[in-house]
Amino acid sequence: MSETDAQTTLFVRDTMLPPQPAPDKVSGPLLWLRENMFSGPLNILLTLLGLSIVWLVVSTIGPWLMHSVWNANGMAECRQIIAERYGPDASGACFALIRERWNQFVFGFYPPALYWRPVMAFTLLFFALAPILFMDSRKARWTVLALASVLGFLCAQLLGADGQTLIVITVAIVLWILVIEYGRSKALLLSLAYPFIGMWLLWGGSLWVEIMILAGFALAFLAFRLTQPMLGLIALAVAAAVIGVWWYFLADPAANALEQVIPLGLGKVPSSQFGGFVLSITIGVAGIAMSLPLGILLALARRSDLPIIKMLAVIFIEFIRGVPLIALLFVASLLLNYFLPPKVEFDIILRVVIMVTLFASAYMAEVIRGGLAALPRGQYEAADALGLDYWKAQRLIVLPQALKISIPGIVSTFIGMFKDTTLVTFVGLYDPLKAMSDTVRATFAWKGAYWEPYIFVGSIFFILCFGMSRYSMYLERRLKRENR
Amino acid sequence: MSEITAAAPVVPKKGLSDQVAIDIVKMNKWYGTFHVLRDIDLTVHKGERIVIAGPSGSGKSTLIRCINRLEEHQTGQIFVDGIELTNDLKNIDKVRSEVGMVFQHFNLFPHLTVLENCTLAPIWVRKVPKRQAEETAMHFLEKVRIPEQAHKYPGQLSGGQQQRVAIARSLCMQPRVMLFDEPTSALDPEMIKEVLDTMIQLAEEGMTMLCVTHEMGFAQAVAHRVIFMDQGQIVEQNTPSEFFNNPRSERTKLFLSQILGH
Repeated sequence: MSETDAQTTLFVRDTMLPPQPAPDKVSGPLLWLRENMFSGPLNILLTLLGLSIVWLVVSTIGPWLMHSVWNANGMAECRQIIAERYGPDASGACFALIRERWNQFVFGFYPPALYWRPVMAFTLLFFALAPILFMDSRKARWTVLALASVLGFLCAQLLGADGQTLIVITVAIVLWILVIEYGRSKALLLSLAYPFIGMWLLWGGSLWVEIMILAGFALAFLAFRLTQPMLGLIALAVAAAVIGVWWYFLADPAANALEQVIPLGLGKVPSSQFGGFVLSITIGVAGIAMSLPLGILLALARRSDLPIIKMLAVIFIEFIRGVPLIALLFVASLLLNYFLPPKVEFDIILRVVIMVTLFASAYMAEVIRGGLAALPRGQYEAADALGLDYWKAQRLIVLPQALKISIPGIVSTFIGMFKDTTLVTFVGLYDPLKAMSDTVRATFAWKGAYWEPYIFVGSIFFILCFGMSRYSMYLERRLKRENR
Repeated sequence: MSEITAAAPVVPKKGLSDQVAIDIVKMNKWYGTFHVLRDIDLTVHKGERIVIAGPSGSGKSTLIRCINRLEEHQTGQIFVDGIELTNDLKNIDKVRSEVGMVFQHFNLFPHLTVLENCTLAPIWVRKVPKRQAEETAMHFLEKVRIPEQAHKYPGQLSGGQQQRVAIARSLCMQPRVMLFDEPTSALDPEMIKEVLDTMIQLAEEGMTMLCVTHEMGFAQAVAHRVIFMDQGQIVEQNTPSEFFNNPRSERTKLFLSQILGH
């Protein structure tokens, strides 16, 4: 062996190397451009192509937006103003239409004096959601609550709620915030009660009707608890019978009687006066809130070991996914009433909400099934080995992880469903995009307005959907800690 | 080969109780048409420590997974603490809450902290109040020597630490029997010792243990009995000293020469 060989093999380090800072990254706008936009002939070509498309779009839309008119009494006046200001050939947007008719896009045919009610329903929605969505961040929760209450109050005031109403609103807001901050579990109860508060605000009538519906659930639960030790699973049927009898025969007279004693009525607003974003958001929120739990149950059913349950879930999911939403909506508007017992008259919005929920829950089930499948088998085995029963294992171990994996898919389904609510135009409801735009255009003054309503409605949809998307990103970031 | 087993029944060592913890009688299991476990007869006494060895695919993991019904057997009977494992879900959950299991890949719950991992089953299965469950959990985390990690998430711990948490998690249910399914096979060599030390400590306290492992040093140190399996059968069982120094079947000799040969 040579001497050098011996030197290289025998080596003992006596001092350990300290860590060194990483070398400075070379950067700069020009370098970035060269690396990303002009790195080769194909890349240069694509960049130029992209730039020319951008130019084409901007040069067409830009002037049209720049020449927009916000103050006019009709399309004719708009065109006249544009011609005077920018020359006879200039084109321009006539956003005066939005300025004058925005309330129809937002509220449909809801009685203008009662605009504060949908506003409050929407405001309180955030109160119901904040304790759930921002469970572990006091700062985010407070920001949302403060923004919602200030904006809600201001809107209610600007839209002409009277003094007495404003006082009631303020008291309700303050009380609810106190409950959220000082009684966590009670805040969740309020969140569960929100759908009924929202229904009452939107449709009006006697609050006792909603309370009696809730009482039906309470009675069914009571019946189940009382009979379950004797009857086992048959107690479920007893509970269902109790709830059916209560709602069908007793709830209405009871509500009427109570309304006589203590009146809790608001002016009734029929479903036919709903429209615009009030309608879209009502259907969207109800559908979202119900499709998630239903989707979870369907996903679990589809992975169940019990063959009949599994088969039913598969049939349901595949059927719903194989049928267009519009077909389901037609079923809701035309056929559903034939199947219901006489005297039971389902409101059209309720029927549509049911169909939209079923539709979304089938997609939701598949998204969540993906999350369930992504969990390693060891997680199920560890839960089993500790003696957790099926439902506890699902609730404590499986679903928290599976739902976290599925967040992007779940939110996509939510967003898709919310946008699909515009399809209700096909069953004669006044969605903001098509039906409301057509209604506004049908007036003589605004005949000929084409893009303006779409742009307005589209931007509101974008803001709402983008908000959901940002929330899902926030949630993913918050939950990331676990996989560090 | 199995004749040897039948002919040489292992007498429980001194100090072991006569009470039976697990009794397996003529148990058979198939995966589809593949016969994984064949006529398994095994009686485990309270306080007994058994190491199960054998080549991969010999059915040793499947055997101990049958004991808490992670796998279902088709014929024969398994009794754990006098309760027979059948399709009765109540019995299964009861047995599972009495039998702790430690997995090769730890299987900690990544979305819960170490402490929550340890308190989950006592709170939800045993209905122990939260405060008390946390005290028990801290007691066992101290025992496995990682109380300072209680509020971290499993993903922040090393493999050896995770496996010790998994042991603590099982112990929190105060099980009567502990099953170990190759607890050190997924660990770096430097971390194997810390886990084995914990297991030895547990053994010294008299826990009934069934352990599938390739750590023959561990087997020699703590086992009352070594069971050697091949092709789904118990080929040989004996005390560790007899098993290692005086193996009787050819298959055992071959196995030992392969695993101790280098």
